[in-house]
Amino acid sequence: MSTVAVQLEVRSSIKALAVGAVLSGLLVVLPFGIDPYQTILLSYGLVMAIAALGHNLLLGYTGLLSFGHSAFFGVGAYAVAFMVKYLHVQSMELFMMGALAASLITALLFGFVCVRYTRIFFSILTLALSQVLWSLAYKFYWVTGGSDGLRVPTPKLLGVSLPSGEDKINFLAHSYYYYVLVLFLACTFVMWVIVNSPFGKALQAIRDNETRARFVGIQIRRYRLVAFLVSGVFTGIAGALWVPLNGLTTPDILYWPFSGEIVFMSVLGGFHNFTGPITGAIVFNYLKTYAVGFTVYWQAFMGVILVVLVVALPQGIVGTAIQLTAWARKRFFR
Amino acid sequence: MDILVIHVFNALLYASLLFLIAGGLSLIYGVMRIVNLAHGNLYALGAFVTASVVGQWFAGAPTVVLYLLIPAGAVAAAAVGALLEPTLLRRFYRRPEEYQLLVTFGLLMILEDLIRFIWGPYPLSASTLFEKAGSVAIGDSIYPRYNLLVIATGFIAALFLWAFIYKTNFGVVLRATSQDMRRASALGVNVNRVYVQAFTIGCFMAGLGGAIVVPSQSAVLGMGVDALVLAFIVVVIGGLGSLEGALLGALIVGIFREIGISVFPEIELAVLYLIAAIVLLVRPAGLFGRAT
Repeated sequence: MSTVAVQLEVRSSIKALAVGAVLSGLLVVLPFGIDPYQTILLSYGLVMAIAALGHNLLLGYTGLLSFGHSAFFGVGAYAVAFMVKYLHVQSMELFMMGALAASLITALLFGFVCVRYTRIFFSILTLALSQVLWSLAYKFYWVTGGSDGLRVPTPKLLGVSLPSGEDKINFLAHSYYYYVLVLFLACTFVMWVIVNSPFGKALQAIRDNETRARFVGIQIRRYRLVAFLVSGVFTGIAGALWVPLNGLTTPDILYWPFSGEIVFMSVLGGFHNFTGPITGAIVFNYLKTYAVGFTVYWQAFMGVILVVLVVALPQGIVGTAIQLTAWARKRFFR
Repeated sequence: MDILVIHVFNALLYASLLFLIAGGLSLIYGVMRIVNLAHGNLYALGAFVTASVVGQWFAGAPTVVLYLLIPAGAVAAAAVGALLEPTLLRRFYRRPEEYQLLVTFGLLMILEDLIRFIWGPYPLSASTLFEKAGSVAIGDSIYPRYNLLVIATGFIAALFLWAFIYKTNFGVVLRATSQDMRRASALGVNVNRVYVQAFTIGCFMAGLGGAIVVPSQSAVLGMGVDALVLAFIVVVIGGLGSLEGALLGALIVGIFREIGISVFPEIELAVLYLIAAIVLLVRPAGLFGRAT
């Protein structure tokens, strides 16, 4: 790499860090300005953003479209619910570790089968495998609660339990929001490091040209498997963070249309950009919440958005914004 | 002994239904290389249309007329297919698979709500035909006669499709397009017409599956999404794009599901996925698949 290129890369990293710092600062002060309901909604968005970031490591960076990420999200969520029900654990940190281990094992099992395939076969296979877990969660009702799901009470954060008088909404809108925010920022940072590391570059090489990547000496299947594991674990973490927010986990989050929603988020934001899935997840969450409140036919509304998006704006929100600014810069500032 | 016969009939019943759904999915993939995630919704559409035609509008008509009206659902699904292919899906054949799956997923969401909009959230049944058909005695047990009709329909559909694809001129054109679209086009085949015809036939089969099943079980919301996953298992086992594979896959799934239900109902579905996973590990492209 030439010095100019290095300088450019350093400069763009600094710029990205600066923008990231400003946005994080905004996220920190936001709960003071908006009402608790909005903060909780934002927490949902941030949690889904972690899942979408994980999903996009496969879709955007490795070129594999998973239609089975509900499996990892659900495993993370159910791991927490099982720990509450059978081990009487209350600590959120233990929940996170349990969910991490459970989603890692699931991703290892699924990944072993799935990374042999690419393209449409990979998508179908991830979808089919995720439905094994759905059918188990659905049928073994004496373990999983079946379609009623399992309830998860308010957890202890960093060993501190909720003061007995404190209202749950207040807890979710303040302590829990910051907990989610910290984990979201940490996950984003880790993912940023991963995609910019030599490993991340190798994944992109595999995505762009598998044959050449193999000639360069990249062990394609192993790299894909590691990407699959990281992706699954990120989504599992999101699942674990989601449960206390929702208070309940049901087989719906293991069902394949939920995987479709995760894919939707990546595409809505634009999966060719690092920040696309984050934007997509937050926007999707708002869109869905308001569409559900507005009409019973919210699903058709979201479907139309998806079709229009895929037909007219395949770059997603972030990609289109970048194109627009580039166009405007060329047009007005030369 | 008669219990075994009933189990076999049940397996065949399920297999016929699965073949109608998965066969359509596989045919569409074989010709156009597109996996239609909304395929299950066309099956559901067939069920709802037939349920309202047979169970409500013409509920008082003579039985013979009702039987003739069953395919109404299949015709409706075919019409929707014929409309969707040229207007929406055609522009996606040249784009990466991600976009194909996404656009059909969007379609799934729209069709799901369209059914809710037209028929409301309640189950819809047309059980008079099922009841009127009565049952046959098998040893000491009885079996619904209507189910035998469903089995027959599945097998007749498979036979017709086979004859259609391997014995007619249109079948030759269809196979040529499926094998090499450019060359077929260069030889004067109107590829776009073949596409819309193949898509319509695939949707017709899915709709027929829904139409034929509705007298024996109610049409409910979400049945399409459930059916699609089962159709995926069938095509994964049989090989995507192969009709023989879809038939064999449907039989395998039908048999194992029947065994699963009678032996260990909790893991009935999980067993099917397990079979699919094993087949994939042994033969990556499915039993009859063409690796791409």
